[in-house]
Amino acid sequence: MMLLKLAWHSLGSRLGTVLLTVLMMSVSVFVLLSVENIRQQAKDSFQQSVSDVDLLVGPRTGQINLLLYSVFHIGVPTHNLSWDSYMMLKQHQDVDWTIPLSLGDSHRGYRVVGSEQQLFEHFRYRSDNSLEFASGQTFRDTYDAVIGAKVAASLGYQTGDKIVLAHGIADTSFSRHENHPFQISGILKPTGTPVDRSIFISLTGLEAMHADFPGANTAPDLSPQSVTAVLLGLHSKIKTFTLQREINTYSDEALQAILPGVALSSLWSMLGGVEQTLWVISLLVLLGALIGMVNVLLLSMRERRHELAVLRALGYRPGFLFALLQLEALLITASSIIVALLALWAGDIWLREWLLSQFGLFLSESLLQPGTWRLLLGIVLAAMISALLPAVNAYRQGLNTQLR
Amino acid sequence: MLLIEDLTFRYPGADKDLLNIPHWQVEAGEAIFLTAPSGSGKSTLINLLAGIITPQQGTIRVLDTPINQLSARRRDAFRARHIGMVFQQFNLIPYLSVADNIRLASHFSALSTHEADKRALRLLDKLGLSEMEAGHKAAQLSVGQQQRVAIARALINEPQLLLVDEPTSALDTAHRDKFIDLLMQQLVPARTSLIFVSHDASLRSHFSRHVEIGALQHDAA
Repeated sequence: MMLLKLAWHSLGSRLGTVLLTVLMMSVSVFVLLSVENIRQQAKDSFQQSVSDVDLLVGPRTGQINLLLYSVFHIGVPTHNLSWDSYMMLKQHQDVDWTIPLSLGDSHRGYRVVGSEQQLFEHFRYRSDNSLEFASGQTFRDTYDAVIGAKVAASLGYQTGDKIVLAHGIADTSFSRHENHPFQISGILKPTGTPVDRSIFISLTGLEAMHADFPGANTAPDLSPQSVTAVLLGLHSKIKTFTLQREINTYSDEALQAILPGVALSSLWSMLGGVEQTLWVISLLVLLGALIGMVNVLLLSMRERRHELAVLRALGYRPGFLFALLQLEALLITASSIIVALLALWAGDIWLREWLLSQFGLFLSESLLQPGTWRLLLGIVLAAMISALLPAVNAYRQGLNTQLR
Repeated sequence: MLLIEDLTFRYPGADKDLLNIPHWQVEAGEAIFLTAPSGSGKSTLINLLAGIITPQQGTIRVLDTPINQLSARRRDAFRARHIGMVFQQFNLIPYLSVADNIRLASHFSALSTHEADKRALRLLDKLGLSEMEAGHKAAQLSVGQQQRVAIARALINEPQLLLVDEPTSALDTAHRDKFIDLLMQQLVPARTSLIFVSHDASLRSHFSRHVEIGALQHDAA
């Protein structure tokens, strides 16, 4: 108890410096925890950009390539799979549901995705979230479009607005389908996935746009000829590998089926460099704060020479002085962690919605995950090790002190 | 009470002994006035008697215990229970209250916290400090008050030996005499032996015996 009282009052007597040190440490712990949380969330929302999809089927191309253009809308699909193949998949006995994806058009830099109603029924991201509407509803009419949250936010669209879609993916694409403006029927809530940057229309709408018919006098055949990729949900997950093999060896057309989870993980590991850089930077910030704390404690040793001598004269052991310095470091570290957690908690309350809508970053429900506890323990340990320097200094001063 | 035999001490790297005391004895209840010119090793002697440092040769017996032969841990414990110390200045931890400063010492006593606190208040009262002042931070007190608190703390565990090193150098003459009177009054009941180091010869009259450090040394014999 004497030890705690001494450490507490000792810190209290140097309140200014100590508060600055706590602030410095808090900032670094805050950065570390935020980076860790965001890193984890980025990874999770990336790897779960599509969840609950058992197979992703497209024309034969690389696994990463198929994933990139169908899920992340990066790059251009080289060719499509035929409508017959799509129907084969849809009617397959093991298949529960299908979501067709048809790419190739854009609107002011945002990709247009042709799909069907099943998208809103079966699409899942981040374990079990389905797409929800912030306003409006799904496409009912041929010329209806549903837009992602990011599209709506950056272009300032609202339900009921009319938009013109362009062929190709460049913003300045010359071939605009100006005869066929689409009406925005619904806006989706933010998801933190590529869905936020997409414009969804029905496959029929897509065909109609390309059919380029001038009026409504002759009804052309608007049944789609092909799709770019298909997301499959199976009745039973056990069938996944059997069906994958079946699709990969399908004789009528060269198809490829991939497991989205596996492909996403391998893609993320390719992007791991960024993650590690963030991590290293936040560790360096922590290192700086620890050096600052050690510096403050070491500087205090000079003015505390008498104090340590008095304690020795009263019969306190050099080990007590060692423990005193360690305890002071521990108190500083613990306060910093508490301040950082409070800040993080407050930030989570105030910024959760904003982060999701602005950056598509979804913070998990719980800030304190098992990983966080391990991280905090690591910080305390690092602080204790850093505090060895002033503590050993105090110990040696206690051994050699000459009372006068 | 205190018995020194064949003591030699030199600092590492020094080419001759700083202290070489063949024999010195202090009885219980004696009040020794020890004068020493600076550099003659008086602080070193105090540190040796307190068991903070140990001599190269010889024995220092306090209460028949050869303290220089104890382990470091036991020496520290022995000092806590049997030896009180008051220094020139900087006796108190500035950021603790007067009461807590005294508790730093009574922590080692066999008394309960409550009894120790009562005894501390009695001591402070005799030394002219009120209960209110016991709650003040040490840094708020005058130098004279701080020195009186230092005596209270040094005596709280009723030590058999009290080592006092130039405690009055920061006080003016009037306060100095009052301080020494107060100190002496506290010693009598417990028959505490006092070794009072000073170079101020005018204080000599307060003490039962006057010893010149040079007279203890080997070459003086």
